[in-house]
Amino acid sequence: MNHLYYPGCSLKSTGRAYEESLLAVCATLGVGLTELQDWNCCGATSYMAIDEVKAFALAARNLALAEEQGKVGPGTPTVDLVAPCAACYLVLAKAQHCLEENKEVGGKITAALAAAQLQYTGRVVMRHPLDLFTNALGLDAIKAQVTKPLTGLKVACYYGCQIVRPYATFDDQYHPMTMDHLVTALGGTPVDWPLKTRCCGGSLTGTVQEVGLRMSYHLLKEARKRGADVLLTACPLCQFNLECYQDPMKALFPDHEPLPVLYFTQLMGLALGLERARLGLQRLFVPFRQPVGV
Amino acid sequence: MDEITRTVKYEADTDPHFAEEIAGIARGETLRACIQCGNCSGACPVSPYMDYTPRRIIAMTRAGFKREALSSTTIWLCASCYNCTVECPKQIRITDVMYALKQKAIKERLYPKRFPVAVLAREFSAAVRQFGRNSELWLIIYLYLKTNPFAMLKQSILGLRLFLQGRMGLKRERIPMGTGKKGDLQTIWNALDRADR
Ligand code: SF4
Ligand code: SF4
Ligand code: SF4
Ligand code: SF4
Repeated sequence: MNHLYYPGCSLKSTGRAYEESLLAVCATLGVGLTELQDWNCCGATSYMAIDEVKAFALAARNLALAEEQGKVGPGTPTVDLVAPCAACYLVLAKAQHCLEENKEVGGKITAALAAAQLQYTGRVVMRHPLDLFTNALGLDAIKAQVTKPLTGLKVACYYGCQIVRPYATFDDQYHPMTMDHLVTALGGTPVDWPLKTRCCGGSLTGTVQEVGLRMSYHLLKEARKRGADVLLTACPLCQFNLECYQDPMKALFPDHEPLPVLYFTQLMGLALGLERARLGLQRLFVPFRQPVGV
Repeated sequence: MDEITRTVKYEADTDPHFAEEIAGIARGETLRACIQCGNCSGACPVSPYMDYTPRRIIAMTRAGFKREALSSTTIWLCASCYNCTVECPKQIRITDVMYALKQKAIKERLYPKRFPVAVLAREFSAAVRQFGRNSELWLIIYLYLKTNPFAMLKQSILGLRLFLQGRMGLKRERIPMGTGKKGDLQTIWNALDRADR
């Protein structure tokens, strides 16, 4: 299986461990990921607050590059573009919808792309890694490669707000389960908790800190209350908010107890028997020490 | 004696086209469909901090309370989590209404000037426009310089830790701009700017 891969800015810096673990896991599972060349930032939630057409143009340029580099044509009707960041995934999927349903915006963007000799014809399939692993590859294929099952590990699966709403079709908007099924396939035990799609605060944690901290604090507290040993995320900003701010969180909410927050790909890697350093586990602020597969 | 001001708006004070304008940018259902059920406000994780809840923002926009809606903190506190949108029984795209209000507030210079969220949006966009990519470190530095330089010191501990863990680079991320070659982002910007004029 070969796919194009759109890292987005965060996977090259604060979310580096997400890229490291994703690439290591894919290599082990025989999933080919080729980084989209010359990709630009998708614009996140910020560009949309300034200018809609330009925000969609940023997304559309990436989609057009994917069509070109994925060589869509007679024998290749579509190309898969894998976006691990929830914000990137949502922005790119939203742009696809808008270009299709809104002729006015679509027309402007088509013309601007054409000026740079690019075109987007609607043949990119956006995929989040959760979709890739559970639907394209399949849980059985993953299960077969597990060498260190996560026996006894209680996991809170956190999807965050943006991957499943409102454009994603690979999982349920209200009660997503792909990550839970994946954890089960790895031998772990997903805990039942109601906040799996509640927003962590997004960029508010960096701007209006108290608001963001409280939102993240509630998530971690509930996960702990439900008995989780670890919380898994599928987005670099979710991971950053929930993990790197646990010190200021403790200052504001003295009853806060540290909880390791990993990318789901890091835990997958451990279950597949990969070394910790290849999964970026040394980059954690709140270390994950629990041994797995014993 | 303190000055007496009128606290109730007359119809003449409102902007009759505001609702349509905003709904036009956000698309989807018209705001007239809103039944003021409050599902959006209940679903919103940030509403306890907002000056007007999402339900009220919809009502105000619909009634043409332009200045109030555009200078609210609500629109900048909205984290774009789409919870309201998936919960609205009338399929109003509330998150997109918030985006439309933000765009309008920036255009009309009505946003709270030193409010970090609006500053972040502007700094982020300026960097992406210039370099094609965003560099987290630089974004944070600009954000603090323009809002609260004193708070930077507090954040620098986090920054240093990120750096030590290999999670923050010092390099400016960028793609080639203005090459005029196939796919050049600058060419796309120029074409869009021309179309705007
Ligand atoms: S959304 Fe975030 S991670 Fe995605 S490309 Fe843009 S800045 Fe980068
Ligand atoms: S949960 Fe937080 S970081 Fe994740 S997508 Fe939502 S706002 Fe973004
Ligand atoms: S949920 Fe929809 S209908 Fe109900 S108040 Fe909000 S916008 Fe109006
Ligand atoms: S999208 Fe904005 S307004 Fe809607 S629920 Fe989320 S934070 Fe609240």
